Amino acid sequence: MLKLEPRPQPSVWMAWLSPVLAVLLTMACGFALFIAVGKDPLASLAVFFLEPIKDMRGWSELGVKIAPLLLISVGLAIAFRANVFNIGAEGQLVAGAIAAGAFVLAFDESAEGGPWLIAFALAAGVCGGMLWAAIVAWLRDRYNANEILVSLMLVYVAQLLLSYLVHGALMDPDGFGFPQSRLFADGLLLPAVLPGTRLHLGAVLALLAAVAGWLYLARSFSGFKLQVGGIAPLAARYAGFSSRRSLWIAMLVSGGLAGLAGACEVMGPIGQLTPSISPGYGFAAIIVAFVGRLHPIGVIFSSFIMALLYIGGELSQSRLGMPSAITGIFQGILLFSLLACDVLVNNRLRWRK
Amino acid sequence: MSTRLVLKGITKRYPAIVANDGIDLTVLPGQIHAVLGENGAGKSTLMKIIYGVVKPDAGALYWNGEETPIANPAAARRLGIGMVFQHFSLFDTLTVAENIALGLPAGIRMVELEQRIAATAREYGLDLEARRHVHTLSVGERQRVEIVRALLGKPQLLILDEPTSVLTPQAVLGLFDTLRKLAAEGCSILYISHKLDEIRALCHACTVLRAGRVAGVCDPREETEASLSRMMIGAEPPAVEHRQPSAGRVMLSVRGLSLPKAHPFATELARIDFDVHAGEILGVAGVSGNGQQELLAALSGEDMRADPQAIHLDGVPVGRRSAAWRRARGLAFVPEERLGRGAVPELSLARNILLSHQGSGTIRRGLVRRSAIHVLAGNIIQRFRVKAAGPRAAAASLSGGNLQKFIIGREVARRPKVLLVAQPTWGVDVGAAAQIRAELLALRDAGCAVLVISEELDELFEISDRLVVLARGRVSPAIETSRADLDLIGRWMSGLWDSPSETRRVEQTHA
Repeated sequence: MLKLEPRPQPSVWMAWLSPVLAVLLTMACGFALFIAVGKDPLASLAVFFLEPIKDMRGWSELGVKIAPLLLISVGLAIAFRANVFNIGAEGQLVAGAIAAGAFVLAFDESAEGGPWLIAFALAAGVCGGMLWAAIVAWLRDRYNANEILVSLMLVYVAQLLLSYLVHGALMDPDGFGFPQSRLFADGLLLPAVLPGTRLHLGAVLALLAAVAGWLYLARSFSGFKLQVGGIAPLAARYAGFSSRRSLWIAMLVSGGLAGLAGACEVMGPIGQLTPSISPGYGFAAIIVAFVGRLHPIGVIFSSFIMALLYIGGELSQSRLGMPSAITGIFQGILLFSLLACDVLVNNRLRWRK
Repeated sequence: MSTRLVLKGITKRYPAIVANDGIDLTVLPGQIHAVLGENGAGKSTLMKIIYGVVKPDAGALYWNGEETPIANPAAARRLGIGMVFQHFSLFDTLTVAENIALGLPAGIRMVELEQRIAATAREYGLDLEARRHVHTLSVGERQRVEIVRALLGKPQLLILDEPTSVLTPQAVLGLFDTLRKLAAEGCSILYISHKLDEIRALCHACTVLRAGRVAGVCDPREETEASLSRMMIGAEPPAVEHRQPSAGRVMLSVRGLSLPKAHPFATELARIDFDVHAGEILGVAGVSGNGQQELLAALSGEDMRADPQAIHLDGVPVGRRSAAWRRARGLAFVPEERLGRGAVPELSLARNILLSHQGSGTIRRGLVRRSAIHVLAGNIIQRFRVKAAGPRAAAASLSGGNLQKFIIGREVARRPKVLLVAQPTWGVDVGAAAQIRAELLALRDAGCAVLVISEELDELFEISDRLVVLARGRVSPAIETSRADLDLIGRWMSGLWDSPSETRRVEQTHA
């Protein structure tokens, strides 16, 4: 009989290599999958994993998708570690996009734009996301309302609010009645990091957020208090760490970063407010956060993989005629492989009579 | 001669340690057999092997004369083996009756089970409400659940792991009567304890373990405590010297502390008065569940509902102040639960320092000074002889006694003005317990006001300068330890201190 036996000292090296192994395993499963449906496995895998990153343009498109995923998942990693299950990042993203979009639309006709106004617009996005998250934090703090339900429900409120605004107050008067705002002025769009591509400042902000998030969790006392509150609430109470404070920090940080992601989306690749500004980044970031083990540096890796799977999935639909479910299948295989690798890093298999 | 249980050459290796190394053990029908040993000597592993929780790597187990491998606890129960674990295996969110039902065949009727529980509890004098949720129970009450659960199975062999620490002296005698009665009925008992006097009073045979091996087999009735102790640790525990108290000013003052219940099964605190002076140890005796948890939470600041004026710390009213606020002003606290409250199991010892050391020594500009906490943890490990891999070892990797030494060391290192300690030596072996008591005395001599809440009366008599008793949420008048005796404290533990004769005795004390 095979038995799992905990390793006394799990290898630190293997813990870091486990996601890499998981990706290799995912490729191996994909290989078998493509053979089973009668496609050339090598060529198909190439479409999935190499095509998106074969040139600079591909990398930049990947970066465009990584930016919101990474921004949000860094915030969620912090919140989840505090045992605050904010699963409404999608709504906070939308709220941030509305706030930033409204700010831009209010100023871009009279002003030239420039770095200061862009910074203020991004700050407005952060505030929008924080405000949306603050509703959740307040209801939890004051009435002990479940933050999972409240934050999820507020996603739909935010989406409907956006829809209402682009059908009304923020609609382009010269837009033939289409439900969208006018295009933002160039001076208020995020500058491109690589000239000639769509890769914008948001990707840089996301990387900075990851490093800052890591410093916060690993080095700061506030981050320590937050994590103790998440792992051992009684110990946090014993130590005198305020659980209310942790709740507010977790919600505001994750909401603020999601709002920033929304602001970057509308001021970057989209360039206006439309009824649907996110293909579910806020929800995908939940998976990204867990695959990255709630580690702000780990989520850089997992948001890269998630972005790759999104683009590879789109390409394999057009090039290989695969169904759209292929993205979900690969994401699922990746998640399982990673969990399996983690189990074997922390345990060893023993053959027993 | 027939035997109930025979172990031959039982060996169990863990990745880092050999927990049992060729252990032989013979238990006769109707025999009360003690297993004595320090923490980490392998007692718990051996009991888990007998109960089918852990499989041995080598060796054989004979049940009533036949070789019988025990695959799991259900198989052990079918054979007639009952076990009361030291670390309880209870689900917090279920009631007492539901927890007990989990170990029984499916389809049992809850009403009927509740009646059986009540009957068994009554028969053995164990006060227990079947419908209470386990998370509302104190450690002592949880142990009663385990004892009743084991007795319901009508066992042929009952394993008890440190069972008396939660009982009043009178109740210990009652339990002993119960155990002797069970033994007379033919039930064998494996009695794990570090209390040498109990083993000598109760047990017919004793197997002593040291470092995973059998250090000796003897008849405890023919041994002295010193000889048993030598067999167990290879030396006699250091004696604690007693000292006339020279109490200083009042550091912790409680006046008219009343607290309503925080949940339906909590104990209400009513008009509690006492003082703790600098340079004295005040012992709080009482069976757990009489308000210990509530009193400690109100004193530590984990519960901030008290009247501001009800608690004074060094002359400052603190009833509504947070735990962090009180800590910054010289309060230190060692809680009853070490893992999960006194320490975070997953974090390293160094990081666990931060639970109570939150000053400029460990934190600078909001950032944790990592080298400082490693040095601090290293010093505590060294000074308190904590068996740990080092400052980076996870708190969960330490045995109960070693973690307790670390936590007490951590609090002592803060040089507190007032120290609150709950169950300082609960589940801790003799050597470590003596060391912990010596540390508490040293802290007292350094001028700290120490409040010790314990269910072990021996311990309280040994280290306290004065005693109070907590019963049903009320606190008795204080009495000097030298004037108190077991009989009096035992009566007070039932809440009887208001009668005229008792009052006279206290007045004599104050005179």
